[in-house]
Amino acid sequence: MKYVDEFRDPVLAQKLIAEIEQLTAQILKENKRFADRPIQLMEFCGGHTHTIFRYGIEQLLPKSIELIHGPGCPVCVLPMGRVDDCVSLAERPEVIFATFGDAMRVPGSKKSLLQAKADGADVRMVYSPLDALTLARKHPDREVIFFALGFETTMPSTALTVLEAEREGLDNFSLFCNHITTVPIIKAILDSPNMQLDGLLAPGHVSMVVGEAPFHFVADTYKKPIVITGFEPLDIVQSIWLLLRQLAQGQCLMENQYARIVTRDGNQPGLAAIARVYQLRDFFEWRGLGSIEDSGVRITDAYARFDAERKFPVPNVKIADPSSCQCGEVLKGEIKPWQCKVFGSQCTPETPMGALMVSSEGACAAYYNFGNLPELMALKEKAVVAK
Amino acid sequence: MTTPTPGLRKRSGKLKGDTINMSHGGGGKAMRDLIEDVFITAFDNAHLDLMEDQARIDLAVLTARGDRLALTTDSYVVDPIFFPGGDIGKLSVCGTVNDLAVSGAVPLYLTCGVIIEEGLSVADLRTIVKSMKEAADRAGVKIITGDTKVVDRGACDKIFINTAGVGVIQKNLHIDAGRARPGDLILINGYIGDHGAAILGARGDLSIENNILSDCAPLNGLISDLLAACPDVHCMRDATRGGIASVLNEIADSSNVCIKIKETAIPIRPDVRGMCEILGLDPLYLANEGKIIIVVPGAQADKALQALQKSSSQLGRESAVIGEVKDGHEGIVILQTAFGGERIVDMLVGDQLPRIC
Repeated sequence: MKYVDEFRDPVLAQKLIAEIEQLTAQILKENKRFADRPIQLMEFCGGHTHTIFRYGIEQLLPKSIELIHGPGCPVCVLPMGRVDDCVSLAERPEVIFATFGDAMRVPGSKKSLLQAKADGADVRMVYSPLDALTLARKHPDREVIFFALGFETTMPSTALTVLEAEREGLDNFSLFCNHITTVPIIKAILDSPNMQLDGLLAPGHVSMVVGEAPFHFVADTYKKPIVITGFEPLDIVQSIWLLLRQLAQGQCLMENQYARIVTRDGNQPGLAAIARVYQLRDFFEWRGLGSIEDSGVRITDAYARFDAERKFPVPNVKIADPSSCQCGEVLKGEIKPWQCKVFGSQCTPETPMGALMVSSEGACAAYYNFGNLPELMALKEKAVVAK
Repeated sequence: MTTPTPGLRKRSGKLKGDTINMSHGGGGKAMRDLIEDVFITAFDNAHLDLMEDQARIDLAVLTARGDRLALTTDSYVVDPIFFPGGDIGKLSVCGTVNDLAVSGAVPLYLTCGVIIEEGLSVADLRTIVKSMKEAADRAGVKIITGDTKVVDRGACDKIFINTAGVGVIQKNLHIDAGRARPGDLILINGYIGDHGAAILGARGDLSIENNILSDCAPLNGLISDLLAACPDVHCMRDATRGGIASVLNEIADSSNVCIKIKETAIPIRPDVRGMCEILGLDPLYLANEGKIIIVVPGAQADKALQALQKSSSQLGRESAVIGEVKDGHEGIVILQTAFGGERIVDMLVGDQLPRIC
């Protein structure tokens, strides 16, 4: 397939891997801090995690490079209380609750949206917020609520959907807004006391919207190399190579590997739509990470009539994660998914306890479904025997 | 009441009206008209002409063909009922024929249970029944008994079909998901994912246009050619819901072996691959309705491959060896990716859902 296979070329990959091996050897030799620990690189974005597992990139890398799978999967970091709010909205008899498929299986404290649908709620899976708008046009006697979630990547599309609803004068459409922002969470991770990150792969799709500028602080303030990265396997391998080259040369820069998509200033019309429809919340709750300042957005007062949280009562109850779940430690890279107490036993993709097991972009689900590491193989074999 | 004589019974019932309504399931004259005019006329065989409540099969006909009876049933609820490359009628015959054939059985007879939502157009029903007949003829099977029910609007979606089938397994065949052994090779009879991609496209809610046709086809002819050339097939399954990933996992699990497949060896159409790329789907999990996974001893793989590729059914032209059975890592399926890495291919959980960003 043209313009796809070029970015998955195994021959080019082998060349880059050979150079990565050389750079790694050089870094290990020249830096005492890696005497007793691996070089830790975090891919922030769930899309990157998915690519890494889908193409088996982790085992191609030298053993002394450890990839830490960050919190950039919006489904995974959604707190249980917000899922309960979704269920409560969806169970209102007048409501058609429209959502992306990934969010259907996220467990709430009592049920998921999938279970709510089975119990009679009108939950519809859509592929775009505009599909939800079509539902609103088709069902003027019902209230259509779209479950808006995602980082800056998906904000322009939901913002434009609100603007379109306004233009058409649709008063039976609203958003349940759970959009979150990238920079505050990266800051929270870098400020975390147990964090030893040596470099970051920055999210390519978020950067497509926000541009390069918001990521300079990682290099400037935190003195960590950061590379804006695309989503094909060669993008990721090349970005790892770029990070290692910086480490080998003792640099910390913000580099843009995904320059074919990401510009310095981002997508201006998209940013304008975001600024018109959304404003920062003081705090937003993240599953496993707690409440983080300025890390979520809500709908501005000017568009309050499209805000499901203001149009309908929502319980808005904070629910603590199950105590046995160690999602937070996994998200921050403090433990590996399979080191979690419930990984693969009580928490599997079939019956996820923690959100990281729900979406295919969640680190735990990725390990469980795709992982090929010896630890994981042993675990899976045990599960097969138990069956 | 006298028993009608086969072939001579006068068909008087004519279905009136353009749509099916509740009276067509009421047990009275309208129902009899529906059954006679639509089903019996189309399926056209002596068993049905008797108008008995059960088909009666001569055991001698069965025992002459083998030593075991294969019996299977499947219900069809596909949405939409018409899709590129087929419809629910064709599917309901091919699916059951294939479920029989992968055991090595020669499929002989099918039943047909139909649940119709009131309001279905008679023209659509006739088209579906005609497809069933065409598929049955192509597979060389007869539909010899059936049942029709009509339910209120909303109680089912347009039409649901159940077919059961019987076939006979020849003495020398022992095909079993538990028989895969290290050293065996794994074959498939062509492009994966066509059915799933065609259905997704036909649903229309993705606004993606494609020209992908469902691969829905009866595979008993192909399988018979394969077994003539290579009777020692160890395992064979049709890769329907859950795609080839699910079937490979079932075999790895039942046989307690590791299965290793090569991404570059798996036949897939560029259109299907493109659709999967756009939607974030994994083609290994896409449904097929005309694809079988075959496990044969390594030494016989060439012979099996040739038989598939040269089958007069034309349903194995793009057959390929896609992997092998290995020692160790029992119950696990590993994919060697085109990129050069490896990953586990697990059973699918829930539906295959597109990623959100």
